[in-house]
Amino acid sequence: MEDAEIKAVIETLLFISGESLSVNRIKNVLEDVDLSKIKSLFWELQHEYEMRSSGLRIVEIAGGFQIATRPEFAGWIKKLKKVKQSSKLSRPSLETLAIIAYKQPIVKAEIEDIRGVDSTGVIKGLLDKHLLKIIGRKDVPGRPILYATTREFLQYFGLREISDLPTLKEFTELMEEDESITTSEAQSITAIES
Amino acid sequence: MSYQVRLEVFEGPLDLLLHLIKKDELNIYDIPISTITQQYFEYIDLMKELNLDIAGEYILMAATLTHIKSKMLLPQEEKVGEEEETEDPRAELVRRLLEYRKFKEAAEDLCEREDIWRDVFYPKHEVSSEFEEEEVMLDVGIFDLIDAFKEIIQRMPDKTSIDIIPEELTVRGRMSALIERLDVTGPEGLTLWALLEGDTTRRAIVVTFLALLELAKLHLIRLLQIEGDDTLRICRISSNDEAGEAEGGDADDKETD
Repeated sequence: MEDAEIKAVIETLLFISGESLSVNRIKNVLEDVDLSKIKSLFWELQHEYEMRSSGLRIVEIAGGFQIATRPEFAGWIKKLKKVKQSSKLSRPSLETLAIIAYKQPIVKAEIEDIRGVDSTGVIKGLLDKHLLKIIGRKDVPGRPILYATTREFLQYFGLREISDLPTLKEFTELMEEDESITTSEAQSITAIES
Repeated sequence: MSYQVRLEVFEGPLDLLLHLIKKDELNIYDIPISTITQQYFEYIDLMKELNLDIAGEYILMAATLTHIKSKMLLPQEEKVGEEEETEDPRAELVRRLLEYRKFKEAAEDLCEREDIWRDVFYPKHEVSSEFEEEEVMLDVGIFDLIDAFKEIIQRMPDKTSIDIIPEELTVRGRMSALIERLDVTGPEGLTLWALLEGDTTRRAIVVTFLALLELAKLHLIRLLQIEGDDTLRICRISSNDEAGEAEGGDADDKETD
């Protein structure tokens, strides 16, 4: 098969799949094409969409690729048809998810230790939304349940994989920068005063 | 004269403390503990006045703050010759505040992502229903089942025969009997009528009904209704299916092809 044809097949599969497609799953369909080829054609396709300022784009999400609309065009979509959109997550939910995303697998007590408040209800809500899953029990007395984020979590936040999240160290560094700015400002003020 | 009170909603005591620190531009590494304790208590009082429920966590933090404050008031023991500094009583609180703040920032980052990605839409796949003619199965709620049973019980001949109830008629026993029957029938399952064959007494029907409810609750069976037909079908959910769904894995997809 010619590259152009393979690319067209990949595009077709992306269009019809309805969920993020991993390179391996494409490989299952296009048996004779090797993985690296598929991957590079994915990139090419993605680039082509960008180049012709398409209303669609190919995003790398939840461990694969998927055809998606652009967020800036959401208004038009909503004008065309009623879109069922779930309400935004609450602050406690986001906080809890953030902790789990960075510290998974994690037990409830550890989450509550960081948040300083009971988190039972929030965790249950997130389990119901399939943003969290139970992945087992920790081997300590009481065998508490271990929680982790799901594929839906990646999909919801537009992440390819969990390591796409900015590192916590980056947050700390950002904050320390703030801190050092205020200190140096303070110092310069003292300098002027003296 | 009326006061307008604007009380921000805090996620918990740590969030409230961070707010107080930020508001007064306090140095988190050198918190003036008596000021912050006083402000913290003012907030608690305000919450009380507004009749808000004050969670236990807030009270616990109030106690912690008071404890730290009292420790700070104690004169430092003079330890001659010892270089080691005694730990600042605030250290543990500062550590917790910093840790919490990190995740608060991470949550804000997630919130920004949510704003963008909830406006992204994907093509929907409806291939299976277009390519093959399949019966559209609707998942049935518990009330449909109750309605069906009401109908069955009403249709039963009103026999007043006194049954000698055999001991083995238990919900538990019926549950395993149903599962055994469904396991051999395969994925299309059985109709409710077929399942109830042999249940001639009101009691037997009720036991079957309870067993079905229990099995549905345990996610061992599924109740389905074919569109355009009001026959209820009962299918077995195999444990393999569940595992596959949870993973959404590739291996599972191959199997169903």
